[in-house]
Amino acid sequence: MADLESFRAQAKAWIEANLPASLKGAGARALTDEGSASISGGRKVQWTNPDAKLWLERMGAKGWTAPTWPTQYGGGGLSAAEARVLDQELARAKAPPALASFGIWMLGPVLLEYASEEQKLEHLPKIVRGEIRWCQGYSEPGAGSDLAGLRTQAVDKGDHWLVNGQKVWTSYANYADWIFCLVRTDNSKKHEGISFLLFDMESPGVETRPIKLISGNSPFCETFFTDVKVPKKNLVGKLNGGWEIAKRLLQYERQNISSGGFGAGSGGYDLEHAAKDYVGVENGKLKDTDLRARITAHKMEAQAFALTVRRIAEESKSAKGPSPATSIVKYAAAKLNQDRTELLIEALGSQGLGWDGDGYTPQEIAAARGFLRAKGNSIEGGTSEVNLNVVSKRVLGLLDHQ
Amino acid sequence: MAVFSEEQTMLRDAAKAWVAEKSPVAAFRKLRDAGNPDGFDRGVWREMAEMGWTGILIPEAYGGTGLGHLTLGIVLEETGRNLTASPLVSTALAAASAILLGGSEAQKQTWLPRIADGSVVAAFAVDEGPHHHPDVLEIRVDKRGSTALLTGKKHFVAEGGSADLIIVAAKDGLYLVEGEAKGLTRQRLHSLDSRGFANLTFEAVESEPLGDIAGPVLDRTRAGLAAEMLGMATQAFETTLDYLKTRTQFGQLIGTFQALQHRAAKMYTDLELTRSCVEAALSAVDNNANDAAQLAALAKAKAGETLHLVTNEMVQMHGGIGMTDAHDAGLYLKRARVVEALYGNAAFHRDRYATLLGY
Ligand SMILES: Cc1cc2nc3c(=O)[nH]c(=O)nc-3n(C[C@H](O)[C@H](O)[C@H](O)COP(=O)(O)OP(=O)(O)OC[C@H]3O[C@@H](n4cnc5c(N)ncnc54)[C@H](O)[C@@H]3O)c2cc1C
Repeated sequence: MADLESFRAQAKAWIEANLPASLKGAGARALTDEGSASISGGRKVQWTNPDAKLWLERMGAKGWTAPTWPTQYGGGGLSAAEARVLDQELARAKAPPALASFGIWMLGPVLLEYASEEQKLEHLPKIVRGEIRWCQGYSEPGAGSDLAGLRTQAVDKGDHWLVNGQKVWTSYANYADWIFCLVRTDNSKKHEGISFLLFDMESPGVETRPIKLISGNSPFCETFFTDVKVPKKNLVGKLNGGWEIAKRLLQYERQNISSGGFGAGSGGYDLEHAAKDYVGVENGKLKDTDLRARITAHKMEAQAFALTVRRIAEESKSAKGPSPATSIVKYAAAKLNQDRTELLIEALGSQGLGWDGDGYTPQEIAAARGFLRAKGNSIEGGTSEVNLNVVSKRVLGLLDHQ
Repeated sequence: MAVFSEEQTMLRDAAKAWVAEKSPVAAFRKLRDAGNPDGFDRGVWREMAEMGWTGILIPEAYGGTGLGHLTLGIVLEETGRNLTASPLVSTALAAASAILLGGSEAQKQTWLPRIADGSVVAAFAVDEGPHHHPDVLEIRVDKRGSTALLTGKKHFVAEGGSADLIIVAAKDGLYLVEGEAKGLTRQRLHSLDSRGFANLTFEAVESEPLGDIAGPVLDRTRAGLAAEMLGMATQAFETTLDYLKTRTQFGQLIGTFQALQHRAAKMYTDLELTRSCVEAALSAVDNNANDAAQLAALAKAKAGETLHLVTNEMVQMHGGIGMTDAHDAGLYLKRARVVEALYGNAAFHRDRYATLLGY
């Protein structure tokens, strides 16, 4: 405990000395708006604020963008308890995240578990320092919920893999430098014919076409592979052993999504304050009693959720890897964010129904766009239906009736 | 379904055919992408007038057919299905009702034939802030003999950008304002549903009083809008149902998964319940029934809840493709949240329903 407190003092002092002045108090929301890609790093990053670049360089050099990863791969080498203290101190300083990336959340943890030493040394440090930005090549037009139905082929050509096929809904593929990609390496089996491959998005034969979302942004792409040559050494884990890695990565994805990945955007409104401002108050109570009751039910649900996330974290402190309960947490988080954004635009009334232009503040527009974007929360990273299927079958032991 | 007359059935068939041919959802999408400032297509509006839709509430003596609200509801349901953008609700329903209920003979002679022949686009300006509170209006009325000067603001007015005639709600009743009146300024809005909303400012604008008829005009408008919402929800549901019957995952149609089957069946149940409420409200208006206000509140609340559910499910059950702008799900979702709020959302109408029932 005393050690932790001395670490807290160190962390605090370091943040005080290294957090650039212009970012102080900027908070988590400042840099995480959808579309601003800067804090995801990578070769193509456009820095809108040079201090954000400086902050990433400092945090990356310290390994604190990936605080618990071992130091030999560029990580911070902190214990889970120290990492929590670091989080608390960053939050206390209202420091914006230095880096928020698929590499940190999803790929890094599975590389630590499944990759060869050579692969770890090559890829992990670049993730920590935000030098390479990754995208996720899982879904295909015919393989969404049934991910294992994927058909993108990788054929062994002796000294390389030859990849052909198509991915879809590939988030930020047009900004990404590398892709972690599920490919079929055996056509005779379903799950046991899938491998986990890494390759450079600048390889000849890779093409991305952005897809526009209902919220007006284009955060994801169709991604095409035509005779893409991939070095043999880029296969992670065993040949035809990719499904286990793929599922593991999805656990990390869901865990991250639920522990704060949702909820950014939508204008940074606080629901009850917005309701007070736009609906009005009478005798200290929100004027619209119906809305008041629904906002309250939502806030109670949100607190129950926060308490559950904390309980899971405490219970799994000793366990290695994510808890199986993360699957239900993702479902709950998606629903909460959708409820919150719906209640928010209802509270804003017609001011929450703006698309752009005069007559609305940028914050009001962000609320409307955020409500639309949130509809994807119960689809991305595995749909809520699939999540609930997993829970009912694996956790509750309810087997298919067919 | 209510028992419809042969005439009404023919009208439904004609409306269905016309909407399918002339006004598919793709037409609305084109209008949106072109950034049409009116939020509707003038050519489409003209055709609607030629088919007599603009005159359904207007008696024959003033150039309409006088067929009534249930009949107009049939048309609104069909146009709602395909998100057909038009000023039907604000013009042929709200403004026509206001003039019919409150207009002098001269006002009727002036305006009703022009509404019936489609030469006038009208707006119904009620709200003054982000929420619907028709009981607390602050626009100032300075009486000048038979006319009055209006000063104040109106918020999020449907067709407010293009209206030639504006029916304005004030504390003591409705007022008629001509679109070209001095002192009226408009701020066009880019709303979620890409339709022709605007904020209006009145600076001593000349108006003619129509009397204390805001209540029944609002109820009629709500009941008709509920019919449009029923049409939207029905189509959103049917498009989704089609997808459940065509999309395959895990080697089977996704519609074979019970998790989705029951939700589809539940939506179907809600749609049936909503239809009963909408038809009852429209018939009550036609029959001058005592419970017309209560039924209008019921219809608007129920249609709002059902449309809310169905549009969410439409996105969800389509998976990734439902999140893309290229798919229609987003167009339904965006329009849904606007019409849900318009003239009172479900919470407003729950409260109103309770008030009307005296508790
Ligand atoms: C914003 C966003 C970002 C994304 N980013 C990425 C990315 O970076 N990389 C990537 O690879 N993918 C990404 N995806 C894709 C996402 O993982 C898929 O959309 C998702 O897995 C669903 O697949 P699908 O779209 O093919 O829908 P489908 O699988 O066709 O599902 C359609 C509907 O059927 C339901 N359904 C399917 N099977 C069952 C069942 N057995 N029981 C009950 N219901 C069922 C689904 O829940 C859904 O409601 C993203 C999606 C979104 C919306």
